[in-house]
Amino acid sequence: MAKKQVVTSNINGEEVEFLCKPQQSLLEVLRDELDLTGAKEGCNNGNCGACTVMLDGHPVNSCLVLAVEAEGAEITTVESISQGGELHPLQQCFLEDAALQCGICTPGFLVAAKALLEKNPDATEHEIRFNLANNLCRCTGYDKIVKAVQDCQTRTKEAVSQ
Amino acid sequence: MKDFDYAAPTALNEAVSLLAQHNGSAKILAGGTDIIVQLREGLKDADVVIDVKKIPELTQLSYSAESGLSMGASVPCYQLYENPEIVGAYGALTDSARIIGGWQIQSRASVGGNLCNSSPAADSIPSLIANNATAHIVGPNGSREVAVTEFCTAPGKNVLESGELLVKITLPARVSKSASAYLRFIPRNEMDIAVAGVGSWVKLSEDGNTIEDARMGLCAVSATPQFAEEASAFLRGKPATDETFAAAGELAKKIASPIDDMRGTVEYRIHLVGVLTKRTLKIACERASEN
Amino acid sequence: MSTETPKAEVYLGKTDYKVIGTRPIRHDGADKVTGKAIYTADFKLPGMLHGAILRSPHPHANIKSIDTSAAEAMDGVMAVITAADMPGLKDKNASLGEGSVNLLDLGSNVLAHGKVLYRGHAVAAVAAKSVHIAQEALKHIVVEYEELPAVTWVLDAMKDDAPILLDRVRTDDMGEMSESPTNISKHIRFEKGNIEDGFSQCDIVIEKEFRTETVHQGYIEPHASVASWNEDGHLKIWTATQGSFTARQQTAELLELPVSKVTVTPCEIGGGFGGKIAVYTQPVAAMLSQKSGRPVKVTMQRNEVFEGTGPTPGSYMKVKIGATNDGKLVAGEAWLAYDAGAFPGGVIGPGCMCVFSCYEFEHAKVDGYDVLVNKPKTQAYRAPGSTHVAFAVETIVDEIAEKLEMDPIDFRLQNAAKEGTVRVDGLKYPRIGLIETLEALKNSDHYQSKLEGPNKGRGLGCGFWFNIGLKSSVTATVNSDGMVSLIEGSTDIGGTRTSIAMQFAETLGIPAEDVIPKVADTDSIGYTDVTGGSRVTFSTGLAAYKCALDIQDQLRARAADLWECEPENVTIEEGVYSHNGDSMTFKELADKACKVGDPVAGSATVSPDCFTNGFAAHLADVEVDPETGKVTILRYTAVQDAGKAIHPSYVEGQMQGGAVQGIGWTLNEEYFYDDKGTMKNASFLDYRMPTCLDVPMIETIIVEVPNPDHPYGVRGVGEPPICPPPGAIANAIYHATGQRMTELPISPPKLWKAISEK
Repeated sequence: MAKKQVVTSNINGEEVEFLCKPQQSLLEVLRDELDLTGAKEGCNNGNCGACTVMLDGHPVNSCLVLAVEAEGAEITTVESISQGGELHPLQQCFLEDAALQCGICTPGFLVAAKALLEKNPDATEHEIRFNLANNLCRCTGYDKIVKAVQDCQTRTKEAVSQ
Repeated sequence: MKDFDYAAPTALNEAVSLLAQHNGSAKILAGGTDIIVQLREGLKDADVVIDVKKIPELTQLSYSAESGLSMGASVPCYQLYENPEIVGAYGALTDSARIIGGWQIQSRASVGGNLCNSSPAADSIPSLIANNATAHIVGPNGSREVAVTEFCTAPGKNVLESGELLVKITLPARVSKSASAYLRFIPRNEMDIAVAGVGSWVKLSEDGNTIEDARMGLCAVSATPQFAEEASAFLRGKPATDETFAAAGELAKKIASPIDDMRGTVEYRIHLVGVLTKRTLKIACERASEN
Repeated sequence: MSTETPKAEVYLGKTDYKVIGTRPIRHDGADKVTGKAIYTADFKLPGMLHGAILRSPHPHANIKSIDTSAAEAMDGVMAVITAADMPGLKDKNASLGEGSVNLLDLGSNVLAHGKVLYRGHAVAAVAAKSVHIAQEALKHIVVEYEELPAVTWVLDAMKDDAPILLDRVRTDDMGEMSESPTNISKHIRFEKGNIEDGFSQCDIVIEKEFRTETVHQGYIEPHASVASWNEDGHLKIWTATQGSFTARQQTAELLELPVSKVTVTPCEIGGGFGGKIAVYTQPVAAMLSQKSGRPVKVTMQRNEVFEGTGPTPGSYMKVKIGATNDGKLVAGEAWLAYDAGAFPGGVIGPGCMCVFSCYEFEHAKVDGYDVLVNKPKTQAYRAPGSTHVAFAVETIVDEIAEKLEMDPIDFRLQNAAKEGTVRVDGLKYPRIGLIETLEALKNSDHYQSKLEGPNKGRGLGCGFWFNIGLKSSVTATVNSDGMVSLIEGSTDIGGTRTSIAMQFAETLGIPAEDVIPKVADTDSIGYTDVTGGSRVTFSTGLAAYKCALDIQDQLRARAADLWECEPENVTIEEGVYSHNGDSMTFKELADKACKVGDPVAGSATVSPDCFTNGFAAHLADVEVDPETGKVTILRYTAVQDAGKAIHPSYVEGQMQGGAVQGIGWTLNEEYFYDDKGTMKNASFLDYRMPTCLDVPMIETIIVEVPNPDHPYGVRGVGEPPICPPPGAIANAIYHATGQRMTELPISPPKLWKAISEK
């Protein structure tokens, strides 16, 4: 039996030390060991995106990362999107635009969409759809999700111009 | 998932000796997007998983107009398509890198891993073949080079011997009036495995009217990705026209020997080779005449 | 013969709503965008073990023996169960709200009893200290199987020499039971008029055969349950379910417990669409908990969801429709065979009732068959059974309109079902809104626009779902700050907390934000049927309306006490209570009422025994790549009669979500079986549900023809929008390519073949 290893990562801005076995995915450790249950398991093989987190600045399916790989890594999860007791504009847009129904895919969409808007604030509808294609939603038909991302673009621009 | 040990060597020789020591029961982890699924689903077995992302040689990506591209085996896909020079020089490769899984996959998955996974449907391999890439391997007996065309030997199998490791893939420098393109057919628009895929590279004459040289690679239509040699040879000296592209497609179809499965029928896949050959040649020629 | 729809409540005819029709932020919204909402897999108990389920690798086999000893001996394994641990099952029906289930079948589906009937059928389960140990332990359970021939296609299963799945099954042939074992568990027939006479009056008759493949609901959250069996015999379950009370009843019946000994707490649920009504993990987690003496969590992997839980059936349909040259539909005949999966009781009944539901037919006849095959037991999937028949009928209707050179909307308008139309099963529609729906589509920008260019086509499709009533309970408590806590039993899958709270708020004249809705466990609220049948906003909303009236009456009485007048002399307008120059807002009165006298709390229970009858019409523009057979949806518009849209954004969301599920069903989704009966694509990679890159924006037009049986005119909206897409898209493909595609999915290889053989 493989021994548990000590892994140190920066998770949501905090230095975190945890114990895990090599067979445990980052998703499993986030959820079961660190109680960060915002990332969801929808398929456990990288096809639904519900477990999306940021790993060293890039969106990844945390079900396809071994927790031991996270040694020294910087990880952010959906739990860190709202700051200072305020929802992020993207979260606000998701709520105002009714971009969620059951909500299970929402954390993954928020993490991926936030990463996209930071990388490409002017993403076109096609670019939004292309970059969010690793995130499955079965409730909304995607319309209101895409519109929420677009509304967030508009809101961010308005905030900058003011 | 079955229990296994984890090692993250920081030097190439360390990785090689670990591999040798475990004699086949070690599995390499680069981006992890295939191997973690395979281990979880019991399709592969490992006593130890060797993470190669801390080995400098495997994470280096360098490009120059003179010497071409050198891509460490664990360089993630996004680093390719986010580099405009690489996009300009190796269109087929970056076309592939952009569609291997979704964005989250591309943050981790590497072309080296795609090659070593040796799936018949691997999206990057036709592009590597088209771009005449070379695989650089190290092992207990030193290093060797293998043309990517020769790398895969059967579904999931390749020329890597026990104890050997892919270090990097190199692509020759771009010559003027040359370009490449990759297209695959999938039923959805993303997140799918190729039903058929074709990567095409062309070198045009200075006036852009004649194809001086061409290389095409196919995937998902035989046990391993293939170099479409006859079709490539046919193109040399031909005018860059739709008729030529279609004729090359017919020749490429001759080497397709696909299977019937949930992704497509034999008949359909062979047909797609013709369509995709035609379309990728057209895009490659357009790109070539632009630069 | 026809039957009138029974009435629930009468439409009030209000038009000046303050809350209804607005778009407040959902009450559970902040939880769901911050990752704080607790779904079952997020839930933990101290000492909790993890379960895993062993599943059959064979589609059909007798179980000769199961040896669990090696698994039991493993370090960290705390319990192993098989069907032998399940109490004796009874051949008895239990209600699931939107249908009923035989307990012998249900129990045998939860854990195979002597025989496995499909690949993925649960055989045994383990509870261990980690999920990895539990999964390893499954490999050490030795099952000896005697493989049997399998049958997965419905028509093959109906043949005399087909392998028989269950020896106990006889055909219920319109009440007569057959003698010998069979896979055909039921034959239904509905008739109206005289079908032969009908066709003899027709100038044009078109008959076609259709085939559809098995598809899955595809919710993103896998099934999950946590169970804790106490020493006093009380079982607590936290689970992902569409109905906590039906989960409680099924689990209690299977485990031979009184229902009151089982508490089911519905956690937040990650989608259901009909697939989370029957129990799978709940009894397994409970039995593992009982045996191990510890709480146990059982969650499924994605392949288990595909292979072990309810898809909706594959089908064979033969449909014949006749019309006169002046464009009047006269006669319709259908022969429908739906697979039920491995146990009787599929969705053929609603299929038969829905087939001719959109149009006025003087003569109609339907024969329907419920057929066992070696696939997972089918379950409801959004308008169960209706999408199949809508595909068939809309294809033929489109062809008749084309042959008669009539506009497809005008043709449908001329024949549309309306108030007084008697459906083939004898039901007479009350006021319905199909005509208004079609007219709205006709006037839409989309329909008025031109679609030009090669390989492009536009198609129309209609669809219907009953939308049920059933039982709902709510309770409410007025707080001193003037806000009201509203407790309900309906699991909230898509924002119903808010749509119920809005009706409650409208009735009391307070803002939606002043209502605090909460979904409670089975001990904390009165019986409530499943979140299904598009019933919650209608029926639980009706309960909320009545509960609000109860609260209002109590507050009126308290105001009368304060003002020393008779309650009937207190007037109430938009939440302001007045008498003779005195007035108090709801908030002021709540404060006073909470300080002096009895607390103000109300409750209401309802069981409207009626249908709210939802109709939808969709328009699709497609482009077909003639070289690959790939279809791109260029533009898509969904129109639907919602009766009254309580929260228009969530109504639109249902229309868009249903449309995209329908698009997936039409173009790519299918259970792909090899010739041994093994599903080859049990993953999100190969099952191919639409991604956001596969669909355009889905334009919506909400039509509001008030439901006469609801105070605010609400109709169910969730289910109708999945019905029109296959017909609409198949018709669009025809207009783009000249090919009438009669098999779903219309996947690229099929369409390419049809085009290339033209």
